[in-house]
Formats: sequence, C-alpha cells, structure tokens
Amino acid sequence: MEMPKPDDGVIARRREIATALREIVPGEGVIVDEDALRPYESDGLTAYKTLPLIVVLPETTEQVSQVLRYCHENAIKVVPRGAGTSLSGGALPLADGIILGLGKFKKILEIDYDNRCAVVQPGVTNLGITDAVRDDGFYYAPDPSSQIACTIGGNIAENSGGVHCLKYGLTTNNVLGLEIVMMDGEVVRIGGKHLDSEGYDMLGLLTGSEGLLGVVTEVTVRLLRAPETARAVLVGFPSNEAAGECVAGVIGAGIIPGGMEMMDKPAIAAAEAFVEAGYPLDVEALLIVELDGPEVEVDYLIDRVEGIAKANGAISIRVSNSEEERARFWAGRKAAFPAIGRISPDYYCMDGTIPRSQLPKVLTRMTELSNEFGLRVANVFHAGDGNLHPLILYDANEPGELEKAEEFGAEILKLCVEVGGVLTGEHGVGVEKRDLMGTMFTEDDLNQQQRVKCVFDPDSLLNPGKVFPELHRCAELGRVHIKRGEMRFPDLPRF
Amino acid sequence: MSTLLKPETVDHVRDVVAWAAAEETPLELVGSGSKRSMGRPGNAAHTLDMSAFSGISLYEAEELVLSAGAGTPIAGIYAALQEQQQELAFEPPDYGPLLGLPEGAGTLGGVLAANLAGPRRIKAGAARDHFLGFTAVSGRGELFKSGGRVVKNVTGYDLCKVMAGSWGTLGAMMQVTVKVLPAAEKLRTVLVFGCDAVQGVAALTQALQTPYEVSAAAWVPQTVAAHSNVGYVRESGASVAAIRIEGPGPSVEYRCATLRDQLAPFGATEELHGHNSAAFWREIRDVRPFAEPGDTRVVWKLSVPPQSGAKLATALAAVVDGEFYVDWGGGLIWLAVPEAGTGGNEAVRAAVAESGGHATLIRAPAELRSAVPVFQPQDPGLARLSQRLKEGFDPRGILNPGRMYPGV
Repeated sequence: MEMPKPDDGVIARRREIATALREIVPGEGVIVDEDALRPYESDGLTAYKTLPLIVVLPETTEQVSQVLRYCHENAIKVVPRGAGTSLSGGALPLADGIILGLGKFKKILEIDYDNRCAVVQPGVTNLGITDAVRDDGFYYAPDPSSQIACTIGGNIAENSGGVHCLKYGLTTNNVLGLEIVMMDGEVVRIGGKHLDSEGYDMLGLLTGSEGLLGVVTEVTVRLLRAPETARAVLVGFPSNEAAGECVAGVIGAGIIPGGMEMMDKPAIAAAEAFVEAGYPLDVEALLIVELDGPEVEVDYLIDRVEGIAKANGAISIRVSNSEEERARFWAGRKAAFPAIGRISPDYYCMDGTIPRSQLPKVLTRMTELSNEFGLRVANVFHAGDGNLHPLILYDANEPGELEKAEEFGAEILKLCVEVGGVLTGEHGVGVEKRDLMGTMFTEDDLNQQQRVKCVFDPDSLLNPGKVFPELHRCAELGRVHIKRGEMRFPDLPRF
Repeated sequence: MSTLLKPETVDHVRDVVAWAAAEETPLELVGSGSKRSMGRPGNAAHTLDMSAFSGISLYEAEELVLSAGAGTPIAGIYAALQEQQQELAFEPPDYGPLLGLPEGAGTLGGVLAANLAGPRRIKAGAARDHFLGFTAVSGRGELFKSGGRVVKNVTGYDLCKVMAGSWGTLGAMMQVTVKVLPAAEKLRTVLVFGCDAVQGVAALTQALQTPYEVSAAAWVPQTVAAHSNVGYVRESGASVAAIRIEGPGPSVEYRCATLRDQLAPFGATEELHGHNSAAFWREIRDVRPFAEPGDTRVVWKLSVPPQSGAKLATALAAVVDGEFYVDWGGGLIWLAVPEAGTGGNEAVRAAVAESGGHATLIRAPAELRSAVPVFQPQDPGLARLSQRLKEGFDPRGILNPGRMYPGV
C-alpha cells in the first residue's frame, strides 16, 4: 500500500508552518514534539503508522476555517481526525500533512425535544449524545460498537452503522444538518432542523465521504424516544445454513428486529471463554434476535421468532427474562473483538456486505481460504443486513503473517463483491480497501466519484491518498472528451 | 426541430447523450411524464424518453431488495410488492390529480429523481433513504454506477443521495435498486378533534415524543376536513389532528388506546380502522385537499422545523389569503394560494428564511414557474457547490438544464 509521495519542500518548512498555525490556534493547540505526535501516528487500523508533520487542535469553527485557509494557500495537506477509531485507516497521517484534530469540539450545543433533535459539536462521542438525553427517555439510534469512544464527526465521515441499523438506519438516515468548513476555509451550513434538501442532497453526499470533502464542525442529529422494553432471543443452530434460513424466515414473516446478530463457532467459543455469556458451545451458529417496543408487541414477536427458529431446526432457544439477562446475551457479541484478541496476538477485522442468501457459500469458501493461508478466521455477522465481519487471526511478530492476513482479507472482500456484495458495509474504504476499489468500480465510475471530490477540494489537499486507488488531477477529470458528429444508432426510435 | 428520442439500450442512451453534448443541445428527460409540470419550465428541443427501461430485474423479498428499470411504472412496483406484503416504506405520493393528471402514473425513476416521500417520512425517511444503487449515463455520455444491491454499503461516495432529488439534472438513470420493507400487519389512526393549528401540532408533538412509533402525524383545519372522503373526518365539523399507528395487531391496539388517553386533554378523540385510515392518509399524502377539479390555486410545499410549522403557516395563510394543512408532525406545510401575482412568493420565502427550511412551488402555471424561483434559493456558498456539482456530472449543461436553478 503506497501513500502519496511526501513533499520534502513542505517537510522542510515545518517550523515556519507551526509558527503560522500558532498564530491561529494559540497555546497547546499546535503539537510538534515527536513524543506528543506519537499518539496520532495511526488510527484503529494499527498496521499502518506515519508520524504527522504537525497536529493542530482548534477549538472554534473560525480557527478551523483559518487553519484550512492557511493550508490551502500554502498547499499543505490536511488529514481530519475525530477519536481515531477508524478501522480502515481513514485518519492515517501523512508525513507532509497536518492532522486537524476535532477533539476539543466536545459541547452539546442544544437539545430540542420538541423538534426531536440535538445540535452537537463533532467531537462529542456517539454514546455521549445518548447519555445526554437518556434520562428524558430519548436516544440517538446508530450505535457502532466503538460508540463509547468514536465521535459523531467521525460517524458522519464513515456513515457508521451498528447493531440496530436494520430497523433504525445508519448515520445518514439520522442526521438533519451539518456545518462544514471546506478546504479553502469557507464555512457552509447544510440542512437544519427540517427534513430533506431544497436542492442537491449535500448532506447525504458528505455523510460517508471519509473526510475527503469537508471538515464537519457542527452536527444536528435526530433523537428518538427509547422503546418501552426490549428482549433478546438466543438461538443455537446445527449449521450456518440453518441460521441463515432462520434470518430469512424472520424477515420473510414481516418482522424487522431491533437487532439480529450471528456468530460462527470460533467466534462463539472465543466470546464464551472471555465473558461467560452462557452461550451454547455445541452449536455451529448462534443468533441473537432482539425485539423492542411495547411489552405486548415484544411478547407477540418473540413467540413468532421462536416458532420460526424451531421450524428452521434450532437446537437451543433462550429468551431473556430480565434486563441483566438481555445484557449478558449481548455481552458476548459486543466483546467478540477483544475476545478474539485474547486467543490470538493480532487480528484483522474485515467488513464486507453480501446478499444474505450467499452466506453459506461465502462461509464455505472462507474456510477453504483459511486452510490455504493457514490462518484461523472467526465470523460475526450483522445478519439482518448482510454485513459480515470476518476476524482473521495472525501474529504480527511472525515475519510475513501480516502480509498473509492482508492477502487473505483481500480475497474475502473480492469474494464478497463476486457474490453481489460490496467491499465495506460500515468501516469505510480508507487506505485499507483503497486498492480494491477497482474490483467493484470501473474507471468511469471512479472518475465520476473523483469529480465530486474536485467540486469540494480541487487541489486534493484534504485527506489525499484515501478511498481512491489513483489520484487524477481535477483539470484532467474536467475535460470533456466528445467528438461532434452523427448519432451512431440508426435504429434508435425517434418520434 | 423537436424530437422524441426513445433509447432502448445502454448504448443508445450513451450515444444520444454524447451527441447532445457535442451539439450542446439540451435534453428533457422523462419517464412517464407525470411530473413534467414540476420545476422550472425548460426549452429543450429534444425529449429523452426513458420509459423503455422498464421491468423488475430482481426482487428478493427476504433480502429486502428490488431492482428495476428506472422507467418501470410505479404501479407495477406496487403490485409486485403487494404480493409479498411489502411496500416502499417512504410512501411515495401521487401528485397526478393535484397536477390535473390521472392518478397512478409515474415511474420508479421519477419517484427517486424527485426524492418524494409521503406521511411516513418522519419515521421511515424519504426516497433517498431507500435508494441503494443505480446505473446512469452522465452528461458526458459515460456510463457510471454507484451503490449496490445490499442495504449496508459505504464503498465510495453515496451518489444515490445526490441523484435522489436531482430532477434528472445529473444523469439519465437506467437501472435502480431500492430497499423494500414489510408492510405493517395492522393500521389505525387516532383522531383528535377541534384543535387550532398550534394546539393541533402540540398534540402531534406529544404523540411523537411517546415511544409508540407514530408513523404519520397530520393536522387539517375544518375547511379541509369537510372535503375528506372519510366519514369520521368529513362529518366531524371540526379540525382534525391525526396520528397513525402501524405494526403487529396487539401492539397497535395497545398503543392507540394509550395515546387516546394521553391526548384526551386536547379534545374529543376517535379511532379510524384499517380501511378508513388508508383512505385518509392517501388524501394527505397526495394533497387531495387541493386537488379537487377546478381548483387552480398555486400550491406550495414547505419543509420547516416541526415546531415552527403551525405558527408560520397560520401567519402566512393570513398574509396571502391561503389555506393550509400540516403533515410530518408540523414539519411539512401544504399551502394553497389564490392564483394571482406571484402566488405569495415573497411572503413564503420570507417566512422560510426566518424559520429555516425550504419551500417548493409544486403547482403553478408555467409563467409563474418561470417568473419566481420554484426551489428554495440557496446561500451563495451552497449555490456555488450545486453549480460545480452539476458541472462535474454534466459539464455542457444538457440534462434538464435549469429545471432546479438557473445554470444548474
């Protein structure tokens, strides 16, 4: 994986740039000490590390605007960063670029129950929003597993999901407004407390744009009233196929559960050993189905889900009878990643999405690949929406194992695309899947996406080297290659 | 000379668009033509008729996904979904009768290109929220795609979002994929009678703040209620606040009963069952109160913060001598204004500028749609972005140019 070649000229000007930035962000907000830069050298994808040129931690939109304007005028690259929990290297620094950290934007600006929304700064954590409104019975729906640490600004960049997104939507479905600062320093407000856009849906375009289009400085999110109750069903199956059939059966019956998660045998074993959630160990696949709503609805749907599970050959069914028990059912799933971390020195988390009907085929092929590469793999799966998280177990201290794990991962993602799926369901492309974009998109597809990048950042200074395998100049992309002439198709119906 | 071009293959579309780009001659994109009188009037010499891209190519109910040609009649989509007890959860409205056309026309591509949404917008989102993938030809004559056929996907920019609501100005869509969802088992509506607009929206707000997953919340004045085809509404002799509850049977009964208790202080309550509920919400969805034959009033759609809706609409209606009703819990105002002068343009724009949000001229004669902005004028920064986005997809400005904004 190659990043854009650092510009030695910019690196040589480091001291001068730091001085200029200190005039914009006074005090401790500009970091140049190597020791202090170290925590910023990577994000959640720790396999890649680069020490940034400088880290800037502004506190106001005006400062963000001035920093970006300065960098724009001086052709300095900028990598925006929230909490740095990206699993795809979205916040990987550049040696000749500054890290623009939004960590000091921590205020909840307004909670507006009558309009059912909250206005927050981008550095507020995902869970921080829910924490602020929980006592009043409300919550913010998208709940990525990293919600205790990840920020809402980062959620916008990645269009984060979570276990509840089948029923309640992704970030993009739960955001009403943004304030962004563009690379040239211009501040633009998009949306607000109302629904939909007057013109092009810039809100939808910016959400999931991985920090390549603008820097988010304010977010308006929808708040939902929390359901009266929630219960979970834990169902064990003798095969992955049977579990997959059960998921199809539940949705086919018209039930959209609050959450529907699947784990394969290696994942179950690791999770159970770690948190003792009470998972059955004699099953090949485990489903957690959570139903939420009024008690009468939950009881009614649990009955139906149990029926569907039995009809699909479930060999163990347990229904949570208390909040504690429900939390325990989830504890294993939520701790699946660290649980794998306990049984392997390192693991590599993948994030493809597949049409759910392809699950047995994909898992079978994955087992074959696992044998070929000689690396173990465990699977957790957002079963309702087909988002698969294979965890490849490896040891970075063994020479060549990281490369092997990456190669294995790439094969899995190609397989996902081959069966009609996509490279990433919720973690983003970042640097990790950048070079695989060609398996899903043609050159014309990617050029059209890059023209969108050119709309916002024509000099490609904002988070370059991410998402796109090849960077084209905007002037080149803007050219129109059209020859005048007759239409070639004489048979085209004309009236 | 004006020509109607009806491509049947991807290569046809590329060829026509490349030709038009070379000639710098604009194309008017149409599916069934049901929304032709919406937006700024154009003067394209040629019409690009996409209706040949028709038919469902993939429908997997258990995967919640459907792919079809953009020109597929929406009626055909509904029929296929109904067989599996599924639906488009964003409840696309049918503006046919409002625009003086037959009902039931329109295509799937048109619904997406206009980013339509019905009363369930507040719970389920708009067309944009259900649009998973597409193939299209850009104004450069290049075939491109975005998204996919899975409901969870963050691979590359989400171009579905900008295609939704782009009114054919960015590309000619051929295949589209949407998320579909199970239709609710049971449907009921709680009615609260006799509130004024502000009190009515207060009742809706209280309902929306409960955990009862309200799927629609509207308020209509007595003058509008009197024209409903639903007896309970028409004969009430009062304004009506309506709250829709959907889901499994026992749950719907429980939630309706609880809501009726909680909302009793606002006025007398009643409950509509399935058939009447469906009929009432169709009227709200399709703006039937302003679609009676002979009604030539100018019709505006205002999307505003829900709490501003009632006050804003009441004040605005008084200024422009208009009639209005409210959907989306106060966030959507349908306003009918006598057809004279600018159709209330100045007052509408001023009101929206103050509250935040946007107003769109949905029904107006072509002269008025040329004379005043149809879509909400944008701030300079955003307007520049829109202009540049258009250039990125359609540098020669040949796809529905000016349909939304001059130069876009």
